Amino acid sequence: MKKRETKQDQIFLICNTLFMIVLCVIIIYPVLYVIGRSFMLDAERAANPLSIIPRNPSLQAYRYIFMRGSYVTNAYMITILKTVVGTACNLVFTILTAYVLSQRKYPLKKALTMMVVFTMWFDGGIVPNYMLIRSLGLINNFWVYILPGLISAWNMLILRNFFMAIPSALIESATIDGANEAQILWKIVIPTSGAAIATIGLFYAVTHWNSWFDAVMYITDRKLWSMQVFLREIIRSAQVVDMVEPEAASRAQIPQAEMVQMATIVITALPIICVYPFVQKYFVKGVMIGSVKG
Amino acid sequence: MRENNKMVKPPAEPKRISKRLYDFWVKYKWLHLMALPAIVYFLIFKYLPMGGLVIAFKNYKGVGGIAGIFTAEWVGFAQFERFFSSIYFTRLMRNTLLISVYRLIFSFPCPILLAVLINEITSTKFKRTVQTISYMPHFLSWVVVAGLLSTLLSTSGPINEALAAMGLDKIYFLSDTRYFRSVLVVSEIWKGVGWGSIIYLAAITGIDPQIYEAAAIDGASRWQRILHITIPSIKETIAIMLILQVGKILNENFEQIFNLYNPSVYEVADVFETYVYRIGLVNQQYSYSAAVGLFKSVISLILVVTTNRVAKRMGNEGLW
Repeated sequence: MKKRETKQDQIFLICNTLFMIVLCVIIIYPVLYVIGRSFMLDAERAANPLSIIPRNPSLQAYRYIFMRGSYVTNAYMITILKTVVGTACNLVFTILTAYVLSQRKYPLKKALTMMVVFTMWFDGGIVPNYMLIRSLGLINNFWVYILPGLISAWNMLILRNFFMAIPSALIESATIDGANEAQILWKIVIPTSGAAIATIGLFYAVTHWNSWFDAVMYITDRKLWSMQVFLREIIRSAQVVDMVEPEAASRAQIPQAEMVQMATIVITALPIICVYPFVQKYFVKGVMIGSVKG
Repeated sequence: MRENNKMVKPPAEPKRISKRLYDFWVKYKWLHLMALPAIVYFLIFKYLPMGGLVIAFKNYKGVGGIAGIFTAEWVGFAQFERFFSSIYFTRLMRNTLLISVYRLIFSFPCPILLAVLINEITSTKFKRTVQTISYMPHFLSWVVVAGLLSTLLSTSGPINEALAAMGLDKIYFLSDTRYFRSVLVVSEIWKGVGWGSIIYLAAITGIDPQIYEAAAIDGASRWQRILHITIPSIKETIAIMLILQVGKILNENFEQIFNLYNPSVYEVADVFETYVYRIGLVNQQYSYSAAVGLFKSVISLILVVTTNRVAKRMGNEGLW
């Protein structure tokens, strides 16, 4: 394919390059638009409807959402907390389950696997889930972010397949030395699966950062809301005053809703946008595994 | 348990069941202990709600908490009949099927096209950049995307300003029943096209480069190579993905619709899960909404399992 491109092919390549550039612009523009304009005051936004670069950048919106007495700061902490605690709990229980189900000799393996797989296809639905959570006393409880999604069947099966591929010679030698299952898991399986465990951890972390429906369903207390729910509320109600405690709101100068909405979008999405380029390859791998397994 | 018995030395006399259970426990003590949290978790958080679906056959009004489920009167299929005879049955079916069909027609081919074109990029660096950028929306939640959309599509947003500059009328994209479904389809393409192309790119990478070289020597243009080599080689992947997509025809994208819709477009946007949410949790008609949800879950379970089977068989044997 080292031969020179024909004229026809050159035209094709130019068109293709142009198409890709347009596509990238279409994908990036909405994000840049919101980032840029979250720094623009109302007058500037009205005067330049398409511009994305602020000429007189203003931090008014950010100062407002991060002021003392703002619920947003709290929501940010909740989001970070549930991402960290949630991912840690997810990993512990996913690893345990994946390890058990990777043991061919375990007699309950088949029954347990079926029990897990069935939940990927069928679930009780919104109403019975709500009734369960209510009767467990998890309404307006931080643990509702963690417990209902403790083990993802999908992630667990990916990890199980990885564990099954560990050379059995490694494990047998330990068994001969008299190690029990817990020691094998801790000393051999986990250290040899660092990359796979990190990948699954990333899947969980992004899910936690982005999840919102659990809070919509089960959390009515603003102090327990995560960023996603807060953002959702601000977009739908445009009631910027509700973002801070009433007492703080009475003191503050309240910026225009649109600017605050944009700033809230930015702070919710920015961590993900900054991190994903570095971790995307792990997610791509996940897609590939998923497709092979059907 | 029988299997376990085989592995234990055959006893001289038949052991008591309690003794056998004890042996079974001791033999796999650590594995049992490790499996315990998962068993408890799946039973409580996955299987109990499935059991809770019995309220679909009862008249449970939410009184008496969980105990109230047992005391509520049985009504058989009355809740289902009520749903089938209401205007909502046709409305939800129509919306769900229409949105899914639009998706199949408009958004399904996009990742294929993108993968084919990305494959034609000659510079590795540019290729990687395009891929990375195109993956970005996949990592954003639908809440964030709904925020971007409501900003972009607002009456003072860039799209309406551009329309106004061209002398056209402004469009209320998110509250106009004529445009709402288009917004759903286009925003889904925006969010998923890059990510969806991964699978096709992988299939394209598997094509033997010698075939391309031979075609190039024979004077085939890039366009001809796409038509006669690339696309035929990934036909099988396309077919499998298409079948899986058909299986999900009732699984409309709840997160997307729930974050974008509003009462003025319920008529064209309402789908099973959004309706179940409103009628069940907002209006608290527990039994009725559970019946609606159960109806949808059962049909979609059958569809998904069947299409998965078909796809799997094709994956092994090849369809064409």
